[in-house]
Amino acid sequence: MLNKNTYLILIISLVFAISFWIGFNVNLLPTEASINAPIYDELFKILFIIGLIIFIGMTIAVIYSLFRFRKRNDQIGDGIALEGNLSLEIVWTIIPSIIVLLIGLYSYNIYDRMGGMKELNHNHEMMSSNSEKIWAGISQTSDNEIAINNLSIEVSAMQFAFLFNYPKGNFISGELHVPVDQKVSMKMESKDVIHAFWVPEFRIKQDIIPGQPTILNFTPTKVGKYPIICAELCGPYHGGMRASIIVEEESDYNEWFNKNKKPEVNL
Amino acid sequence: MTISIDPQKTSNESLQPKGWLRYFSFSLDHKVIGIQYLVCGFLFYLIGGSLASAIRIELASPMSDFMPRDVYNQVLTLHGTIMIFLWIVPVVNGAFGNYLIPFYVGARDMAFPRLNAVAFWLIPPSGLMLVASYFVEGAAQAGWTAYPPLSITTPQSGQIIWILSVLLLGGSSIFGGINFIATIIKLRRPGLKLMQLPMYCWAMLGTSLLVVLSTPVLAGTLILLSFDIIANTGFFNPVLGGNVVVYQHLFWFYSHPAVYIMVLPAFGLVSEILPVHARKPLFGYTTMVFSIMGIVVLGLVVWAHHMFTSGTPPWMRLFFTIATAFIAVPTGIKFFNWVATLWGGKISINSAMLFSCGFIINFVFGGITGVALAQVPFDIHVHDTYFVVAHFHYIVYGGTVFIIFSSIYHWFPKVTGKMLNEKLGILHFIITFIGFNLCFAPQHWLGLNGMPRRVAEYDPQFQFVNQISSLGALLMAISTIPFLLNVFLSARNGKAAGDNPWNALTPEWLTSSPPPVENWEGEAPLVEEPYGYGKHFSEQK
Repeated sequence: MLNKNTYLILIISLVFAISFWIGFNVNLLPTEASINAPIYDELFKILFIIGLIIFIGMTIAVIYSLFRFRKRNDQIGDGIALEGNLSLEIVWTIIPSIIVLLIGLYSYNIYDRMGGMKELNHNHEMMSSNSEKIWAGISQTSDNEIAINNLSIEVSAMQFAFLFNYPKGNFISGELHVPVDQKVSMKMESKDVIHAFWVPEFRIKQDIIPGQPTILNFTPTKVGKYPIICAELCGPYHGGMRASIIVEEESDYNEWFNKNKKPEVNL
Repeated sequence: MTISIDPQKTSNESLQPKGWLRYFSFSLDHKVIGIQYLVCGFLFYLIGGSLASAIRIELASPMSDFMPRDVYNQVLTLHGTIMIFLWIVPVVNGAFGNYLIPFYVGARDMAFPRLNAVAFWLIPPSGLMLVASYFVEGAAQAGWTAYPPLSITTPQSGQIIWILSVLLLGGSSIFGGINFIATIIKLRRPGLKLMQLPMYCWAMLGTSLLVVLSTPVLAGTLILLSFDIIANTGFFNPVLGGNVVVYQHLFWFYSHPAVYIMVLPAFGLVSEILPVHARKPLFGYTTMVFSIMGIVVLGLVVWAHHMFTSGTPPWMRLFFTIATAFIAVPTGIKFFNWVATLWGGKISINSAMLFSCGFIINFVFGGITGVALAQVPFDIHVHDTYFVVAHFHYIVYGGTVFIIFSSIYHWFPKVTGKMLNEKLGILHFIITFIGFNLCFAPQHWLGLNGMPRRVAEYDPQFQFVNQISSLGALLMAISTIPFLLNVFLSARNGKAAGDNPWNALTPEWLTSSPPPVENWEGEAPLVEEPYGYGKHFSEQK
């Protein structure tokens, strides 16, 4: 005959085993197509497993209590007059605090690896109106690197379309073409209401705000065509506000770029 | 000719209509006002639910084919606004708060009965105005968040009516909040200590503090927004140099605490219901009180987690991540304590208990996705997607609405003197629980895989999962039938309840059902141990 504690340890190990198995074997996310995606999926997996352990554990505790401590027909009287237990309260204050703190630190690390903590092109002196204020965004590289080697694109959003301006080629495209494995730096601004630039396969999203440019940098890693989705309610056709991002080999990209390139107009 | 008014009585009985007519009068009786809040809220719940059904019908197919696109946006705006401001906030605060708080503090009425009646009577006109705006030039269509510049550029009349309506409802909420604080602090029966109050009083005290601190910010913000719309000012209009992100900060400074205004009272109600049906004292009373106050304090400093993809600088994103995630600690304490309350009890498995346990399971799920959403890098992918829609429905429907139903099953005998039918109640629970989870659980997957929220059309690959979700919504709509049937049949022919059918110890059960106008025939009883189960009652049944 096993005693109470053995059962408890057995059940807890089973909950952990099930949660880890589901966490590692059930994939709820779309394809990984940027440098950010595997980093994001790592965080997702950890949170998914911790969440499953807590959810399955609590659900078992509630259902077990309902079954085990249900009032039988012949029973009268109350349950035990137990009003609390200080050491239990301390345990379930401290353990969740530590878990939450560790998750916070870990997600800080993830966010840093995604480039979220990099200094933006932010102007600290609000007085000067000459230099442009960049308010937010994810920047995978520092500004110096941006200047040296990467593709910079200016995105403008309007009801209900995205336009991608390639300053180096002096042309505007409705489709975003980028070469694979190369850093892309986008400066985005809206012409009317708030929109958002979201590529689920890249795990990145940034609002596009009128009057306040935002930046978003990413590095695609997988050739293919992915949807660009507007994620901020922007009017009646919000659901139809889509564009495509085409990630292609550098040679294909160059071919497309040269075909669309327009000569510089000298005034 | 003088009319003598007994100073002990806060309302003059002879001037008040009797019978069912008093529910349509400017009654000053807190019990009448509580029921007015509840029934009025439930009618708006039916309207908001019909709008939700319309949304799920539209989303049963990938094309935008059920209603015009701008009407769809009006429907989702009204659905959100009605459910928050006309159903959950008034019912979980106004209805149960007004009915129960005077009993719990041992008073004959609320501190300011007239203000109380005014607070209620602001609700029906502003609600009707909101619904009627659809027939003017179209209702508001910028979402319940009314972000500018969209809210400035969409048809003006609908948006202005929406603002006026929300301002009135916010006013009603502030009046209610002031009244609850005054009643709990000042009207306590002599001898009753703060730490002897039932937990719902603490929850309402915390909630009312949040209401009084944050609702005026929303009011100010909406007034500025209305200036932008009708007077062409430029507070939030980027064309005139306004800043759209400032609106979001101000809006969420109210609207995140609003989430706690919707769930804290539910935490209080479930703390009343579980001990009664588990026949055990509420576990860890003192930590429960401190965790409520912890949630109140933390709840005021987490708003910017709604703006991780807007214009917020990196350091701010980090601060709000940590602050938000830490709310899980006091919230978690409450859930562990509720499970500990069940542990070792003699649990009656009835409708009230089932809805409360359904609440625990659903809310834990919603809380876990909430901690995940608090993490900036996690949120950046799923912000403004169906993942978020699923998350907050787990909190406000799976959490609070389950508790509203649980509370109705628990207090119906007190209000009417009749018992509700348990078989219909359990049927109601089963359909609601299955329908709810079928509707919202799949939406997490939709959000993760690329379906944004507030869209009338989506990729065909999401059709099957959306249809499962719509099927769940159908079940949720059906689940109101056994509930309404139960309420009407039981109110007419239900089994007589007696004064205290649950053998409960809290003060509202120590009077007749329904209670007299003055709450108790004699002096209010002094209940020092509202959760003393297993101590005094053990010899009785």
